Amino acid sequence: MLKAMILAPLVGAILLGTVGKRLGERLVGLIACLTVAVSAVCAYGAFYTKLLHAPVTGEGVRRVTETFGTWIQAGTFTADFGLTLDPLSGVMVLFITGVGLLIHIFATAYMHQDGGYARFFACMNLFMFAMLTLVLADNFLLMFVGWEGVGVCSYLLIGHYFTRDEAAAAAKKAFVYNRIGDFGVVLAVFLIFMKAGSINFAKVAEWAAAQPIETLGLAAVTAGGLTTIALLLFLGATGKSAQIPLFVWLPDAMAGPTPVSALIHAATMVTAGVYMLSRTSAIFVKSPTALVVVAIVGATTALIAATIAFGQNDIKKVLAYSTISQLGLMFMACGAGAFSAAMFHVTTHAFFKALLFLGAGSVIHGMHEEQDMRKMGGLKKYMPLTRLTMIAGWLAISGFPLLSGFFSKDEILWRTFGSSLLPVTLAKSLWFVGCATSFLTALYMTRMMVMTFEGDSRADHHEKAHTPHESPLMMTAPLFVLGFFAIVGGVLGIPEVLGGTNRFEHFLKPVLEVGGRGVEIAHVASNHSLELGLMGFSAFIALAGIGLGWVFFRKSPLWTAPPIVQAKYYIDEIYEAIVIRPLELVAREGLWKIFDLKIVDGLVNGAGWLTGVVGGLLRDMQSGFARGYAALIFVGALLVIGYFFFGI
Amino acid sequence: MSFGNVLLSAEPAKFFLGPIGILSIVMWLPLVGGLILAFFIDKRKTDLIRQFTTAWMGLSFLVSLPLALMWKGDVAGLQFIESYAWIPSIGAKYQVGVDGMALSLVLLTTLFGPIVALCSWSYIEKRCKEYYVLLLVMQSFMVAVFSSVDLFMFYVVFEVMLVPMYLLIGIWGGERRLYAAIKFFLFTLVGSVMMLLAMVQFYFTAPGVAVNHQKEVRQAAQVIAGNNAEMLRLIEDGLETARLAAIPRDADVIGADEAPLGTFNIFSLQAIGSARGAGNTPLIPLSLQLWLFAGFAIALAIKVPMFPFHTWLPDAHVEAPTAGSAILAGILLKIGTYGFLRFNFPMFPDAAQDPRVVKIFGTLAIIGIIYGSMVALAQKDMKKVIAYSSVAHMGTLMLSMFAFNPNGINGAVLQMLSHGVTSGALFIMIGVLYERRHTREISEYGGVVERMPAFATLFAIATMASVGLPLLNGFVGEFVGLRGVFEANIGWAFLATTGIILGAAYMLWLYQRVFLGPVTAKNAGLEDLKPREWAYLLPLVALMIILGVYPKPLVKLINGSTETIVRQMRPGYFAPAETKGEKVAETSVPAPGVKK
Repeated sequence: MLKAMILAPLVGAILLGTVGKRLGERLVGLIACLTVAVSAVCAYGAFYTKLLHAPVTGEGVRRVTETFGTWIQAGTFTADFGLTLDPLSGVMVLFITGVGLLIHIFATAYMHQDGGYARFFACMNLFMFAMLTLVLADNFLLMFVGWEGVGVCSYLLIGHYFTRDEAAAAAKKAFVYNRIGDFGVVLAVFLIFMKAGSINFAKVAEWAAAQPIETLGLAAVTAGGLTTIALLLFLGATGKSAQIPLFVWLPDAMAGPTPVSALIHAATMVTAGVYMLSRTSAIFVKSPTALVVVAIVGATTALIAATIAFGQNDIKKVLAYSTISQLGLMFMACGAGAFSAAMFHVTTHAFFKALLFLGAGSVIHGMHEEQDMRKMGGLKKYMPLTRLTMIAGWLAISGFPLLSGFFSKDEILWRTFGSSLLPVTLAKSLWFVGCATSFLTALYMTRMMVMTFEGDSRADHHEKAHTPHESPLMMTAPLFVLGFFAIVGGVLGIPEVLGGTNRFEHFLKPVLEVGGRGVEIAHVASNHSLELGLMGFSAFIALAGIGLGWVFFRKSPLWTAPPIVQAKYYIDEIYEAIVIRPLELVAREGLWKIFDLKIVDGLVNGAGWLTGVVGGLLRDMQSGFARGYAALIFVGALLVIGYFFFGI
Repeated sequence: MSFGNVLLSAEPAKFFLGPIGILSIVMWLPLVGGLILAFFIDKRKTDLIRQFTTAWMGLSFLVSLPLALMWKGDVAGLQFIESYAWIPSIGAKYQVGVDGMALSLVLLTTLFGPIVALCSWSYIEKRCKEYYVLLLVMQSFMVAVFSSVDLFMFYVVFEVMLVPMYLLIGIWGGERRLYAAIKFFLFTLVGSVMMLLAMVQFYFTAPGVAVNHQKEVRQAAQVIAGNNAEMLRLIEDGLETARLAAIPRDADVIGADEAPLGTFNIFSLQAIGSARGAGNTPLIPLSLQLWLFAGFAIALAIKVPMFPFHTWLPDAHVEAPTAGSAILAGILLKIGTYGFLRFNFPMFPDAAQDPRVVKIFGTLAIIGIIYGSMVALAQKDMKKVIAYSSVAHMGTLMLSMFAFNPNGINGAVLQMLSHGVTSGALFIMIGVLYERRHTREISEYGGVVERMPAFATLFAIATMASVGLPLLNGFVGEFVGLRGVFEANIGWAFLATTGIILGAAYMLWLYQRVFLGPVTAKNAGLEDLKPREWAYLLPLVALMIILGVYPKPLVKLINGSTETIVRQMRPGYFAPAETKGEKVAETSVPAPGVKK
């Protein structure tokens, strides 16, 4: 069943990639959606029969494995094409195939009359294959196959409109920044194999669980132990999941078609980093240093990205920064040891962020390819269905009480506040940053909604000629499904303090707590009044953000952020100035022009007499074919042999 | 040895037609074709010449397939051995045979034959007949280089091969073809002289060792031959020749005055070089080993090419015709790296592992990786980008080799093959563009994907293979090789792995500038692939995918050869872990030589 799950979209990709162009739009769309549907059926079937309703095995984890055999076996190093479905990958495949299918359906209408229709869906199917490989892999190397595979598909899809220079540049940028992260992953895999003797997830987790907890401090970073491994893996995660310092590729990636942004750059691929950290939680919990780094990087990214979102006027860019910010919160949870809270937010985020992106796509479609919110306004009149669904997404991401985002975000904040794996003051400070981010999130999301749908139309004259229109059913229907989940998705993890059972956490527990070092919240665990109080506080900031935003941005929808925010703190420019330009300059002017052309070739060419003499010989030989040359060798050989004969 | 668990003694595969073995047929068939072409086909019938050469190359490839089909996987060392006297006075023989590593390179060469012939059809306009004769001649020499078991024969072929390559560049090259050809020739010639010196010195040193340390040398021979009885006989034969050579001319031993001066059998020489005396001391003193190592190493490092001997490569590539570039990148560069594994490592193991040597080669390899990648970023000519990328890839390859462990050396051989396929394919693809626009300037292109979508797809696959994407051929070798490097030296691995970032940068930048962006007017008329172009590009691209997804048979084929090299160099490597503290990770795994 797992094999069928990953192979179905691969078959679709090959089919569409080779003969897709001759099939016509309808058939292409049908094949693309059907193959993903097959995956989804397999995913839900396997999840239901093998994970929810199956006896627990000896190890305490419900798990199904399938294998295609050995991929690489060289010396002692072995990597299999092995797949595993356990609760963690189970949760992932559910929303990947589910959200993926909805986005495929949406795209059949959205990409209508696009010149590269078949190519688009071939890449989308290929992406599904790679993403499912990533989460179902039972070892690091196969996960890396998926990891790189999604990177390539992301490259191809960002560059879908390849005749636009900015799309081509953004595609390359995304790939290269991801590669910086991959550098970390590859080294981590080497180190893991050296230390643990295996790259199989289960075996590595067992090994990590048996290791002592490392000390907090810089010394652990270079010691080559768990901390080093964890930080190398995290470097990979910062690339794929767009965290500081490698986050700059994600906003540019919005140059791709909107369904791509929804599927790859919001719901699935960018969460791969969080998935990887959860998958290797046994390693991370043993390294206080790595946890601190992850938590701080996550929180910082969350806050910075949230502020940059205020400076954006492109509706997709706002959502891009919001994605970076939400991912930052997830990493903050990972750093606090609250992996299940992070995974919970990954899941709810997949619903509401896919919804918001598809909604934005619907708006862009209805506005005839206009993405600038300054030219929108008053769309509620024309696009009521889109607006209705987007309201669900907006409220969910803002943390409106009892919606999906509220539960998952609150879980993150609470677990961070009470984390026993972080120093107490750090935990509390991070909680504060998380709250600030939540407040800002509610505020800028309200800005986006108000600028888009409320007030009067700000379109200029010739644009007014095209009246905005509501999108077709194939686009709005997926929005409603996602809207439903954005509202109720939280029921998976209603915390005990509210009378729920937090099923999500209990479900994942066997995988995430291999090390026996759980995420028990030691010092505040039983303090229900504190938990309720903090929950009330986070509900309050969400409502405050929404309310404040609603009042303020309705009054001044064209409010501009401070210049430094609009310039995104000049981070791209700084990278350009201190890394990229110098590198290019050294390469072109220093290494090539001076070293290769002047020094080495100068030595060669400068030996004029040698060139003259040998050149003369060569000229003579050119007409004489091999004879003259053979004679030369023969004479030379004779001389040398003669020397050794008589000379020694 | 541990091969004995299954087969104590086995005979390798062989196939003879009368006195001529199949390997000789594979080797000389192209030359025969060249002679037929030269003497029996009118030079004005250019179509016939093209068709004949391509068909003949195809035939040669088909004839080489039985080598793989008849291969005995459970026999170590050389198979398809043939041995005939050649120049008795110096002991040089016509001895051929292939082990797994050599076979894989022979097959790569024969596969390239029809491809390079086919891709030249419309590229070559002047002196058509001479061109195809040279291609066929070249083909024979390349197979011979990988199949020689006699060092003298190897050297002759290694040298003679320069001539057709020189002419290919010098006659059918671009504007600065003469400069490039002479530069190519000069660089390689200088190296060859060094190699010849070292060769002759070793040739005269070996007999003394062979006669004074018979037991040790025989043990070393057994390590090399494993369970291969015929190979053991061959090595013993060479050793016997060497022993006779050591006896004074006037001694009262029958045949002493007629005995050759020494042996050129590569594996006999390996046995002498890798034999160890009491207390694991080398029989050839380290100081001499270092000189010998240096002689071979300079010649081979120029061929590879290693930084800083690389500057002939970009010029040669840029000026060479498409087929010349493809052969150069695909096959010729691999002779250098093959030579390290065939000569330097097993013949002079102590010199190779001398900390100073390791430091020099490690440093140069790492510089090559970073330097090659960065300079590739600065290029304006497509061929130069790929040429400098070769410098970088070869850096990774050399570094993997100098890890001296099974993963490193396995990875190095895998990289030889995958780089051969990928870079050869990239050069051929650049040729496809060149034939349409007659320029290789990157800035002349843009938006090609719009006009040539199928070609752009194939180029994208080759780009990704070069970048080292998993499930394509480049990844397996690089990953396994760097894993070996990591085992040997973490700092090296750290630096070398930066190559995966830089590699993506220059290759994707190339792709972006040539294929993406708006279509310029100059490129508006480009036509997509023609059937003939499909015919020579598809096999290469298919190979990239097959070797990436299912590398197992290939790894199995080369594994025996690479393990033998490690055994020769590090007798203790496969010993039980209790005695080797550094190998803790390997404890639970049986010695890889043991067949399960």
